[in-house]
Amino acid sequence: MKTLNIIVKGFLLFIIINLLFAILQPGIGKLSAYNIIFPGRERLPFGENSAKAYNLSLFDLDAMFASHEINGGQKQADEFRVILVGDSSVWGTLLKPEETLAGQLNSANLSACGKNVRVYNLGYPTISLTKDVLLLSRAMEYQPDLVIWLTTLEAFPVEKQIASPLVANNEESLLRLANSSELKVDPNDPAFSRDSFWGSTIIGRRRALADVFRLQIYGVMWAATGIDQIYPTDYQKAQIDLETDQKFHRFEPPSMDENFLAFNALETGIKMAGNTPIVIVNEPMLISAGKNSDVRYNFFYPRWAYDQYRSMMSELSQKNNWAYVDLWDAVPAAEFTNSAIHLTPMGEAQFAEKLTPIIAAACK
Amino acid sequence: MTIIQILIVAAAALFWGLVMRERGRKYFLLIASILVIFWLQPALPLRGFDFWIPIATLIITVFSWYITATEESRREKKNWIVIGILVGMTLLLNLTRFLPFDSILTPSRPPQIEITIVILFVTGLTLSALSRLTRFSASFLTIGLILTIGLFLLIKIPYLSHWLVYFLRSLTGQDVSASRITDFRWLGFSYVAFRILHTLRDRQMGRLPSVDLAEYVTYVIFFPAFTAGPIDRIERFIKDLRKPSTLGNDELLIAGQRFMVGLFKKFVVADALALIALNDTNALQIKSAGWMWIVLYAYAFQIYFDFSGYTDIALGIARFLGINLPENFASPYLKPNLTQFWNNWHMTLTQWFRAYFFNPVTRWLRSWEKPMPAPAMIALTQVATMLLIGFWHGVTWNFALWGLWHGVGLFIHNRWSDMTKVCAGEWATTPLRKTIMNVSGVVITFNFVALGWIFFSLSSTSTSMQVFLMLFGMR
Repeated sequence: MKTLNIIVKGFLLFIIINLLFAILQPGIGKLSAYNIIFPGRERLPFGENSAKAYNLSLFDLDAMFASHEINGGQKQADEFRVILVGDSSVWGTLLKPEETLAGQLNSANLSACGKNVRVYNLGYPTISLTKDVLLLSRAMEYQPDLVIWLTTLEAFPVEKQIASPLVANNEESLLRLANSSELKVDPNDPAFSRDSFWGSTIIGRRRALADVFRLQIYGVMWAATGIDQIYPTDYQKAQIDLETDQKFHRFEPPSMDENFLAFNALETGIKMAGNTPIVIVNEPMLISAGKNSDVRYNFFYPRWAYDQYRSMMSELSQKNNWAYVDLWDAVPAAEFTNSAIHLTPMGEAQFAEKLTPIIAAACK
Repeated sequence: MTIIQILIVAAAALFWGLVMRERGRKYFLLIASILVIFWLQPALPLRGFDFWIPIATLIITVFSWYITATEESRREKKNWIVIGILVGMTLLLNLTRFLPFDSILTPSRPPQIEITIVILFVTGLTLSALSRLTRFSASFLTIGLILTIGLFLLIKIPYLSHWLVYFLRSLTGQDVSASRITDFRWLGFSYVAFRILHTLRDRQMGRLPSVDLAEYVTYVIFFPAFTAGPIDRIERFIKDLRKPSTLGNDELLIAGQRFMVGLFKKFVVADALALIALNDTNALQIKSAGWMWIVLYAYAFQIYFDFSGYTDIALGIARFLGINLPENFASPYLKPNLTQFWNNWHMTLTQWFRAYFFNPVTRWLRSWEKPMPAPAMIALTQVATMLLIGFWHGVTWNFALWGLWHGVGLFIHNRWSDMTKVCAGEWATTPLRKTIMNVSGVVITFNFVALGWIFFSLSSTSTSMQVFLMLFGMR
């Protein structure tokens, strides 16, 4: 009887705790050892081989931000806080934290408005404006003095918006954001990964909870090594010889239909910044001189589409009075690594140089 | 073993313990153990060998029973049933190659059955030839010992195992340039070999109890303890096997608790610590002495929770079936000196070495006409024993250094406690002083053991030295 009692009691307790967890949905991700025991990470957690990168991809925004150095305490009075939002080129694929754009800008010891400029890397791999808006909505809680939003045409097609796993797995946050802003989101988009009630229990969320737990444990290795991604010595260089394909996603020459580009997400992000200055930067990309480079600039873009995108951005920013900087050709082709938007440390340094005056001018 | 495999094995054991109880338990244990050694054997790039290696385990076991069994035991008719089960199971498993889907009981599709039949036939012929030898010589036991140790060395010495892989690849017509040591992995052989060596040696000494083939095979390949021990003694094992299994409520509770604790230790604590434990990669990435100590401690606890977790799982599952396997760990990191640490860490292995190496060698050294001085004898036997324990894990320089580290440590502790026994006794007269002495002993012992893990966890001596330098602020 004693054994049966124990088994029944244990089972009941297990059910009750699971149900309570599903009902209360405690924000486990907010509990973080980063910035307390371990230094905060210099970029948001992302990694496909966690054992080697001491980093992992998870979708809990609370845990992601809690692990970031930006969550490390109150903003100092003499700090001019700049946040960078964007894709993997901002996050810094293949780059050490100090080699990324944020790292390069910080090492330049800039000042703006009589304060010390401190740049935070809130870029995240996967290219989607909606993903950027989602992150920006969180980033605004950290009182930035300037937002630099780096983007590229690949982030605009509407079908790319929810395709980012980070967005697809944060349906609730995104819909809340859409309700409080003008962001257009289709709540019935099949790309959303929805949790049933049972999926909200501890059992249902075991993977997500394990990821949060693992992120904390990897804090030891982050603190001990400063490594947060794999740095291969040998990787495939970005494609130089290109196809003759003129298509860009659903678009074919001669023009792109603006209705299928997520300018609405861009506008939402800009409005979200409110009084905080926000600079939109068309990020540098590889301009190939290889085969068929008269048709395409690089792997991502046929020339006609990209040229048109630049014109659209220029017109829109003038019309709406957005601070927009087009640095599409600011970095030579030799300074790209494994993608048409990933820069070498030298490329990042050159890019940072172009941004320096923009930051310095931000408080005017 | 994955958690799924463990849960399946535990469920089968629990079912038998609760529902079937004593009915056919002996044969259930035998059949389940046979299935498990095929099921757990990792898939190998060497064609067919992930099926033939478990067969080799069974053949070696049968042969060692044959040469250790008494004449009466060998003649018992029930052994034929066991032979039938062994052959039948092997052939049945081999026949799964004709199933339209991949077999779930073997790591890959079993090879052609003709080869298995030839192997079994040759084994039968050899056994038959052995049985016709009118005078059964004790030299068979010596040959058995030499062959088992030889096979063990063949698998454990990297140079030899690489040569073996090369040879087997050429035998199967596979690309020899792709040979890797990891192509040949014999799951559980370290434990199987030590159980067999124990029975061979005990037979030589005339202290092996009479066991039938079913009991012997079950003992050697007993599925809960097949991959990670403990190394039971046959006379203790068969006592449990022969007595009726009574899985009452209390027993179920104890076994279940042990099993659950083991799962938690292995799959929660150890696997979490594994993420930050010292390894070949992070050893060269860590930037400061402080963090190096932390990852070293993480390794020390990871290996403990991993190993003791597996032991708890094995003990729990075995207990469902009425077998009380011996304990392997008894809070080793809380022991105040190295001797006590080794009396409580992987106890069944150290007991094995004590019984079959340390004690006989010490007796032999003492029997010399002019015995060497006691300290020299202690140094020699302890260092040699620990070196052998190191080599049991793998014949590499780092395992040798690990063994040497502990051998020297044990010798130093032996001399130190001899020298300080009196003054320590005089000083530690109050409970507080006793506690201080005990705690400082625990701290020193734990750190000594943790430093030893550097050699154990890393594959290269130079990396180990780099870690030592960093720990003490010299790098």
